[in-house]
Amino acid sequence: MSLLEIKNLHAEVEGKKILNGLTLTIEKGQVAAIMGPNGSGKSTLAYVLAGKPGYEVTEGEVLLDGENILDMGADERAAKGVFLAFQYPVEVPGVATMTFLRTALNAQRKTRSEGELSTPEFMKLVRETAGQLGIGQDMLRRAVNVGFSGGEKKRNEIMQMAILQPRLAVLDETDSGLDIDALKIVADGVNRLRSPERSMIVITHYQRLLNYIVPDVVHVLAKGRVVKSGGKELALALEAEGYAQYVGEAA
Amino acid sequence: MADVTPIKTPAEQALANAYTGARDRLPGKGAVAALREDAFRAFEARGLPHRRVEEWKYTDLRTLMRDLYPLAAPPDAAAKARTKEAGNVLAGVGCRRLVFVAGVFVPELSDLAAEAGVSIGSMAEALAKGDALVAAHVGKTFATDDVAVALNTALMGDGAVIRIASGTQVARPIHLIFAAGSDRPSAIFMRSLIVVEKGARVTIVDDHDSGGSQENAALELVVGDEAEVDYVKLTRTNALHVASLMATVGARARFNSFAFTRDGKLVRNQNFIRFAGEHTESGIRGVSLLRGDDHVDTTLLIDHAKGHCVSREQFRTVLDDESHGVFQGKIVVEPHAQKTDAKMMTRSLLLTDRAEADNKPELEIFADDVVCGHGATAGALDPGLKFYLMSRGISEPEAEALLIQAFIGETVEEIAHEGIRTAVMNAAIEWLGRREW
Ligand SMILES: Nc1ncnc2c1ncn2[C@@H]1O[C@H](COP(=O)(O)OP(=O)(O)OP(=O)(O)O)[C@@H](O)[C@H]1O
Ligand SMILES: [Mg+2]
Repeated sequence: MSLLEIKNLHAEVEGKKILNGLTLTIEKGQVAAIMGPNGSGKSTLAYVLAGKPGYEVTEGEVLLDGENILDMGADERAAKGVFLAFQYPVEVPGVATMTFLRTALNAQRKTRSEGELSTPEFMKLVRETAGQLGIGQDMLRRAVNVGFSGGEKKRNEIMQMAILQPRLAVLDETDSGLDIDALKIVADGVNRLRSPERSMIVITHYQRLLNYIVPDVVHVLAKGRVVKSGGKELALALEAEGYAQYVGEAA
Repeated sequence: MADVTPIKTPAEQALANAYTGARDRLPGKGAVAALREDAFRAFEARGLPHRRVEEWKYTDLRTLMRDLYPLAAPPDAAAKARTKEAGNVLAGVGCRRLVFVAGVFVPELSDLAAEAGVSIGSMAEALAKGDALVAAHVGKTFATDDVAVALNTALMGDGAVIRIASGTQVARPIHLIFAAGSDRPSAIFMRSLIVVEKGARVTIVDDHDSGGSQENAALELVVGDEAEVDYVKLTRTNALHVASLMATVGARARFNSFAFTRDGKLVRNQNFIRFAGEHTESGIRGVSLLRGDDHVDTTLLIDHAKGHCVSREQFRTVLDDESHGVFQGKIVVEPHAQKTDAKMMTRSLLLTDRAEADNKPELEIFADDVVCGHGATAGALDPGLKFYLMSRGISEPEAEALLIQAFIGETVEEIAHEGIRTAVMNAAIEWLGRREW
């Protein structure tokens, strides 16, 4: 069965129509790349999936495992396994990273009727995951994302994903702002999480990321809908030709 | 303008009756009685403060105080038994507990273990016997014509008298626990005096849970040269709580105060603080948590009378439902108080659009070589931060609680004593846990 089915999705923000009949299916275990010009609605799609307030769905549905998630709050969707790695992760002054991770993990486990993790178990999980992503103890001691560099924030997003183990991860331009070494570290982190049970939507502008995270399928988004789908070679074609043909054609 | 004699409100009439009825029973004769008489006349002349009295603009006591409850009777065994929970906020912190029930010192509930350099007594006794320390300081710590202070002086009953002798380092915080005790609404007038002599060091917690009583508490605090005083005030009330701190701080001293108020139905915390010596450092801070129709008013009069002092005034208020927060902060820098460095910052977090935060900062600067400033912000929780937390599975109540804790945390962090700091944060978390969804 498909993990995610998006059918004829229309959404607007502050009265502005951004998604225009977007239809997209993500299979279980699939890694789907989404590419498209600036302003085509990629981040909007990501926010609509994650349940950001202010994004109003006027038509269509989004089914996760056949269940409509559009009426659920962001926290409920997270507990169902939806995870968004933000294009611009926010700084949360005064909230310690460890408190944040622990509260999030336990809240999700509680909603799924799983027991809370003990402190040693939790510490071990965080230490190991942070280590794999080159995140030091000093960063873990700080408030969430506060004073982190752009690249550090992106790595922190992937660390959260690795700790929370979502079933559907949406990575919104996780590669932007990463240097070449960090890109490899992050891609390794993402690849470690690939599994037949977990699907990913990887939003990117650059073919380069897809050399490291090889997608099963590539979708092109323009003017709020999917205008072309293909294999990983589609990303190469886009790199060569740009989006001109898609931008012109969409209504 | 015509000379108008205002008609007394029922509460004003009741206050006058209470004083004339109790005058002969109140502790202290001679100079003390004269002090009471003067204060009473000041009240008679002006009545309860109202919105046209600038300092009370947002807390119109004449309107808010409908009536005066009967003066509290001395606590009986039942009243004392009712206060078992009092002061529990600091359970486990290891303080010296001094317990007052219905405004009266209760030695048998207090820890009076002897400690070198520390003397503790009852204000009522000190007033009655004409104690020298009380004679030297009561009514003299900060000259003010404030009517709430005048009423306190006229009707003051009991309270604490504490002297920390020169050079004494008091390790255990002193926890003054003021509990209502009474099961009937009553009016309580308490006066305390704390004198911390040169080079002495102490932490004082002034903990008021006035229940359904009307409480008027005043504390005169003398911080000697080179003394170090941490003062923490905890306030909660279901009725009315008016507290006046009058402090004079000597040279090269360190004075930090922190006021934590939650469940404050109608609270006025006024602070009159004078820096009377040079090179003193001070932090005047506080956190108030309001919900329902709580009304909490924090009013500061910070007088930099001498130069080279640093003061930081920092207040955070969280307002839920249709609560009303007031912050009035006035910093005066007197002529010749050069090199004063005073910065005041107040921030309000409005959890609903029905809550109201009034802010009135004022600087009156009469010296030219100073660094002074103030700032104020008021706003809602950041929806972007809230979404970020919720997108990780954190529920809305929990996400808001984390962000509110972060908002007040920066100020609570400034409490020097770790146990008290943790206890205050826990009390805030407990308050947050009672939010309704
Ligand atoms: N809050 C908002 N109010 C009004 N317009 C918005 C809002 N958020 C997004 N938009 C508009 O919606 C369109 C799609 O934005 P979105 O961020 O989804 O694009 P994107 O495909 O992620 O672009 P990029 O590649 O630059 O990240 C843009 O035209 C943007 O200006
Ligand atoms: Mg985007």
